[in-house]
Amino acid sequence: MKKYFSFFRLRFVTSLQYRIAALAGLSTQFVWGALLILAYRAFYQAEPEAFPMSFQATATYVWLQQALLALFQPWGFENDIFESVQSGTVAYELCRPVSVYGMWFSRTAARRISSVLLRCIPIFLIAPFLPAPYGLAGPAGAPAFFWALFSLVLGSLVAVAFVQIVYFSTFFTIATEGVRALSASLVEFLQGAVIPIPFLPDGVRQVVELLPFASMLNAPLRIYSGDISGAFLYRVVALQLFWLLALVLVGKLMERCAMKRTVLLGG
Amino acid sequence: MRLYRKYFGIHLKGAMQYKASFFLAVFAQALVTVNVFLGIFFLFQRFHKIGGFTYSQVLLCYSVVLLQFYIAEFFARGFDRFPVMLGNGQFDRILVRPRNTVFQVLMSRFDFARIGRVLQAVVLLPYAIATAGVNWDFWKVLTLIFMILGGALLFAAIFVLVAACSFFTTEGLEVGNILSDGGKEHGKYPWSVYGKPVLFFTTFIVPYALTQYYPLLYLLGQKTNPLYIFLPLLSTWFMIPCFLFWRVGLRHYKSTGS
Repeated sequence: MKKYFSFFRLRFVTSLQYRIAALAGLSTQFVWGALLILAYRAFYQAEPEAFPMSFQATATYVWLQQALLALFQPWGFENDIFESVQSGTVAYELCRPVSVYGMWFSRTAARRISSVLLRCIPIFLIAPFLPAPYGLAGPAGAPAFFWALFSLVLGSLVAVAFVQIVYFSTFFTIATEGVRALSASLVEFLQGAVIPIPFLPDGVRQVVELLPFASMLNAPLRIYSGDISGAFLYRVVALQLFWLLALVLVGKLMERCAMKRTVLLGG
Repeated sequence: MRLYRKYFGIHLKGAMQYKASFFLAVFAQALVTVNVFLGIFFLFQRFHKIGGFTYSQVLLCYSVVLLQFYIAEFFARGFDRFPVMLGNGQFDRILVRPRNTVFQVLMSRFDFARIGRVLQAVVLLPYAIATAGVNWDFWKVLTLIFMILGGALLFAAIFVLVAACSFFTTEGLEVGNILSDGGKEHGKYPWSVYGKPVLFFTTFIVPYALTQYYPLLYLLGQKTNPLYIFLPLLSTWFMIPCFLFWRVGLRHYKSTGS
């Protein structure tokens, strides 16, 4: 366990070097969030009764999404992993006396956590003080807050576990462009990053809520604002646990297959 | 112009060397852009109008903006890699050649796989044209062409502007994305939707709305003043400060030496 933690620390410290880039990215997130909220306002003004959640909850969702962007980024792959599989240098990694899965898992997690730490602070400092329906509202209560925190940890682990499957699938496909694009666009839409899942029409929504993607961004954000509560809350968290276990299992299985039949390209 | 064709041909031949991989990449690029459309589609299952515009009218606006952006990107993609060129000293080679620097950076790269992205706009536009309820006549067709042309030039100018920033920072800047990608992403709705301050900004400071919201009003018959036809061309004033900024940056340029 200690060795994975040191991979984690190594990656974490490296990522923190790019502080300026992170700061520059911030203003993008603010403008982005503001424009999204303004567009929802335009929908809200025309037909407030058609809104599936309160306007305040929608604004909170948008700000939290912007704050936690790095944690759930659909394009948040470690690109050198793809390159190493393609060029064959992955062979060096296979020689190490650690599990490739654990190593890549901790690297991806570290990168995401380090960049989210830098990027979320200014939004949490400013967004709560914006005028009432447009700002970041408080949680729906203390229990909701702690459940959301727990669900956030689960959700980000699910997201990282999914990325591992993408990494290992490149052992079989070699060409990475298509796999990356496909998985990123699936994750983006189905985790509720384009529009929150409650905005999907009935029928579609129920199906999407069962998929592993809904266990990523969707769950913690809606628990925070109280949109998911009561018995439904327990179901959502249980589903998150299930998907975490299932995705890790699938990833590990793919790792084993990949190791067995690995043909390294080049010398 | 002859030189332009030559560069273009070289890049095209290069891309065609790996055909299977090329078509896969085209397909992948097409996939990436579908999400935004799905978002609009599902939102309009629930709502009927945004800021007075219907679903087909929004689609008309969105597909025009997509075309503007991707046409600009297709021709000016070289600027995207510009920070890299500065970093590895490739730009020094460009400086010693007896041609315009903007032109050479422009030609340094063509990403043909991006055609996949235009695909969506090409499919959406005819649908939107047919259903948006526009009474087409000569002037309205002309307006549409001006919108696409003016917008493409505007986005190209923004690419130059963002690239010129890296003269001062050497690193690429994520902030530039607000202007280029933001203009595309949020331009899916007419800019008036976001309220007065945003409309003011996109009219007078970065003139997206001149290529999008105002001529759209003319297309939909909500405004009849013929001035609206030519507003997209007016937006090209924005190219002037962008190129001036490029010149300033160029003078400021010091090689990284690597």
